[in-house]
Amino acid sequence: MYNFDVERPTSIADAVQAMSKEEAQPISGGQTLIPTLKARLAAPSVLVSLTGIEEMKGVCMSDDGRLCIGGGTTHSAVAAEAAAHYPGLASVAARIGDPAVRNRGTIGGSLANNDPSACYPAAALGSGATIVTNSREIAADDYFLGMFTTALEEGEIVTEVKFPIPQASHYEKFIQPASRFPLVAVFVAKFSDGVRVAVTGASNDGVFRWTEAEEALSANFSADAVAGLKAEGDMISDLHGTAEYRAHLVGVMTKRAVAAIA
Amino acid sequence: MPKDGGIGASTKRREDVRFLTGNGRYTDDINLRGQAYVFFLRSDVAHGKLTNVDTSAAEGMDGVVKIFTGKDFEGVGSIPCGWQVTDKHGQPMQEPGHPVLAQGKVRHVGEPIAAVVAETLGQARDAAEAIVLDIEELPAVINMKDAVKDGATKVHDDLTSNLCYDWGFVEENKDAVNKAFEEAAHVTTLELVNNRLVANPMEPRVAVGDYNRSDGEHTLYTTSQNPHVIRLLMGAFVLGIPEHKLRVVAPDVGGGFGTKIFHYQEEAFCTFAAKACNRPVKWTSSRSEAFMSDAHGRDHVTKIELALDAENNFKAIRTDTYANMGAYLSTFAPSVPTWLHGILMAGNYKTPLIYVNVKAVFTNTVPVDAYRGAGRPEATYQLERLVDKAAHELGVDPIKLRRQNFITEFPYATPVAVEYDTGDYVATMDKLEEMSDLAGFAARRKESEAKGKLRGFGVNCYIEACGIAPSNLVGQLGARAGLYESATVRVNATGGLVVMTGSHSHGQGHETAFPQVIAEMIGIDASMVEIVHGDTARTPMGMGTYGSRSIAVGGSAMVRATEKIIAKAKKIASHLLEASESDIELKDGAFSVAGTDKSVAWGDVTLAAYVPHNYPLEDIEPGLEETAFYDPSNFTYPSGAYACEVELDPETGQVTIERFSAADDFGNIINPMIVSGQVHGGLAQGIGQALMENCTYDSDGQLLSASYMDYAMPRASDVPFYDVDHSCQTPCTHNPLGVKGCGEAGAIGSPPAVVNAVLDAMRSGGKDVAHIDMPVTPSRVWAAMQG
Ligand SMILES: Cc1cc2nc3c(=O)[nH]c(=O)nc-3n(C[C@H](O)[C@H](O)[C@H](O)COP(=O)(O)OP(=O)(O)OC[C@H]3O[C@@H](n4cnc5c(N)ncnc54)[C@H](O)[C@@H]3O)c2cc1C
Repeated sequence: MYNFDVERPTSIADAVQAMSKEEAQPISGGQTLIPTLKARLAAPSVLVSLTGIEEMKGVCMSDDGRLCIGGGTTHSAVAAEAAAHYPGLASVAARIGDPAVRNRGTIGGSLANNDPSACYPAAALGSGATIVTNSREIAADDYFLGMFTTALEEGEIVTEVKFPIPQASHYEKFIQPASRFPLVAVFVAKFSDGVRVAVTGASNDGVFRWTEAEEALSANFSADAVAGLKAEGDMISDLHGTAEYRAHLVGVMTKRAVAAIA
Repeated sequence: MPKDGGIGASTKRREDVRFLTGNGRYTDDINLRGQAYVFFLRSDVAHGKLTNVDTSAAEGMDGVVKIFTGKDFEGVGSIPCGWQVTDKHGQPMQEPGHPVLAQGKVRHVGEPIAAVVAETLGQARDAAEAIVLDIEELPAVINMKDAVKDGATKVHDDLTSNLCYDWGFVEENKDAVNKAFEEAAHVTTLELVNNRLVANPMEPRVAVGDYNRSDGEHTLYTTSQNPHVIRLLMGAFVLGIPEHKLRVVAPDVGGGFGTKIFHYQEEAFCTFAAKACNRPVKWTSSRSEAFMSDAHGRDHVTKIELALDAENNFKAIRTDTYANMGAYLSTFAPSVPTWLHGILMAGNYKTPLIYVNVKAVFTNTVPVDAYRGAGRPEATYQLERLVDKAAHELGVDPIKLRRQNFITEFPYATPVAVEYDTGDYVATMDKLEEMSDLAGFAARRKESEAKGKLRGFGVNCYIEACGIAPSNLVGQLGARAGLYESATVRVNATGGLVVMTGSHSHGQGHETAFPQVIAEMIGIDASMVEIVHGDTARTPMGMGTYGSRSIAVGGSAMVRATEKIIAKAKKIASHLLEASESDIELKDGAFSVAGTDKSVAWGDVTLAAYVPHNYPLEDIEPGLEETAFYDPSNFTYPSGAYACEVELDPETGQVTIERFSAADDFGNIINPMIVSGQVHGGLAQGIGQALMENCTYDSDGQLLSASYMDYAMPRASDVPFYDVDHSCQTPCTHNPLGVKGCGEAGAIGSPPAVVNAVLDAMRSGGKDVAHIDMPVTPSRVWAAMQG
């Protein structure tokens, strides 16, 4: 690790202020950033810790029926507190990493990082969530811009995520045996006006919506409806699985997610 | 049996108390006054000409004590190789130099180029980043078959090629073997890869060098399985320090699996730098460094053939193997694919003719050396996959084909130079069929199929050569060391004993099992016996622990020393009891005169030895301390039969292990619980190799599986509850305990059973796949099932 200063703001406003310093970077759970710092792959001069900001923590229902999760809420808090409102989402959070990761890692950190194999991006995109920052609201469809790339501007902080609650949802995950991140995972959400299907782990473009499956499932919500479909795209090929295999798994995971709901 | 547990008792491991309560003392727990830290600047290219190492900017940085480069080691010896293999033409292998820090060239990612010693590790790392390297990249030599083609780039310019040796065994059998193939009724051919592995002991390697200017004594604390071997190799060949001025201490060691046998550059560096800097120098490997500097394991590419007659009798075996040596020869690397592999090719079968060819190849990768099983898993995997393939080609039951060809008479001289003393392969197979409930398999398969899954059953047998090894024999085979073991047994005045053993325990439980033997021999509580190991200043010259040799060789040395103790104690007792020595019996910790009620307790005899008031001083010396060196007359040959049952998800290719049964014959057993634990650990590593672990390089020589993000270690949820049995016991005939060794069996015997089971599952789903390479990942299974 290189040397850095630490700021510990207690409000979003102070955090935004602190972020204006040169080479400042926010840190939440540190579950991604700390290993990066230890490997000397990042060299921020100031780390702005978001963990002391109470207004960024917790789960609540908004008046318009959306589930609002503070950007600084840990995976384990989401797993516990969202369960009654949005069990499909709680189940995503409950299966990320291990207990230590879930007790530190946050939804804001995960969405800001946008790892191509992360779980939350699939849930956010699959739910049609809105990512709220210190300066604006961004629809999930406009937020994820490819591997490790998002619509966030320099210094922008994810303060909250608002999830519309589907009638039913399921996250089907096939793990990569070493990292235990998804090798391919699919989030299926069934709303009254249609179905959304988001895929993580599979594509070189990061999380994506599988629109053919969405159309097929919106017309006929059954595992058979997607049986003949094949996911297209620039799939990842690595030592854990070929592109062809990943494309195949997208279909299998989707089918299983639907079966789990139907 | 003594109340604290003698031979055969499942005594709980006494060392676990300190391990589990955080009181273990590992090398990284050692911090010496004034200690400085070293950070190694390692090559990030696989192959290149090192034209300049400019340390000028780094020298003046905060906290820097001294910076070393290859230049500082020009007069220093090369890291030696401990085994010289002779090729099929009678020529010695090609043996390149192995510098402590790179000189002129870098030959693998991770090779140390410079070393910064500083006040803190952070400062050392900062300064290392300021070192400017000029490296002219050269094409990386990665694929073994390409490496030995004419005109291939050479890893070592001073060698004639990348071929370390071309070994034929037994060369004189070659023509007869070829003839048997011409006459065969059936020939089964199999090409396979034995995947490269990283050992990954929980504790990474650590070295702390210390130098005492007042007496000129060097001390190295290191994570080693064999401190005396390190002292000899490093002292005599690298740094030129005589043994009496060099102490090597290997305290608690958190797992070795072979990779901590070898002498590494970092050990030599810390010892050298401690004197050069006149202060202790410490290195603790990070996990990332471990991936690119610990010796890797396996990495063989093989073609193997089996010739059978019309009655399905095995007539001949022929193999052609490429064995990766990596960029340099690690300590025992040349012996692994030859003498630890070729001599096992008969397996459990009476195949009259065998020819093994091995080409050892240099590549721009981390050196490869022994990893749990070392050569024997490679032999077992080839042979047991081959026999299974033959059974399917011939349409016969794989167990029946094995039984038909089992060796049934012992001793049995194989055509590959070894003589099995004992074994009963029919008994272990019978036991296995019972344990694995083979009869119930069809019903279990139906249950799986009802869930949309395929179920497969696979077996294999194995034989290993342990208790390494007769020194005169290994000397003829090229070993540059003897492979005896030593023990000094010191009896204290009040009757307690301390055993100073050359064996080293790094997870095996010696501190518990060794005292059980002495407790049995004398009839006292095992708690009266303490084991000392891992310090060249406290133990006699010993060769350490690997090759499942500790109880068979180290234990035998301890028995011999204890026999001397008992013989002398009997003399003392006969004096105290005023009886003839031949009438003295030792039982339950007391000496008695046969046929009388006269007796004297063990403690009274030991006290007399040290307070010799009433003592036959004219005949024997006072004191009770004896040393024995034990050199085995043969290897030991543990054997067994393993069965694996898998469930396969045909949609995803995911394989899960539902049952695993292991029937082993380890000869006599000292502590059954420890033996089961050793088998469990071995099985986890074997299953890890079969399903998950894979060390891979890209064609530029970059390590792709360089962390736990990509190198898949098995976890508890990846392995089943094992069913292990070691009730089939044919005791070893040539060591005093009749023991054979159990440390590697699980890792040797499990991979073929797993792969055979996966292929069986695929067949039941209508996919007759002839072979699939390890690790059998979901992606590979799915791809194989598409074909
Ligand atoms: C062993 C292990 C296993 C894991 N397994 C999984 C898994 O299965 N699935 C999965 O999805 N993830 C997994 N993760 C990742 C984990 O979920 C991380 O916690 C998460 O990706 C990052 O969250 P964090 O709060 O720790 O972010 P940090 O590490 O603190 O930050 C990550 C990045 O986001 C930025 N950032 C942090 N908070 C904000 C914010 N509020 N606004 C804007 N930018 C911000 C930081 O500057 C940094 O660039 C695993 C991690 C580990 C260590």
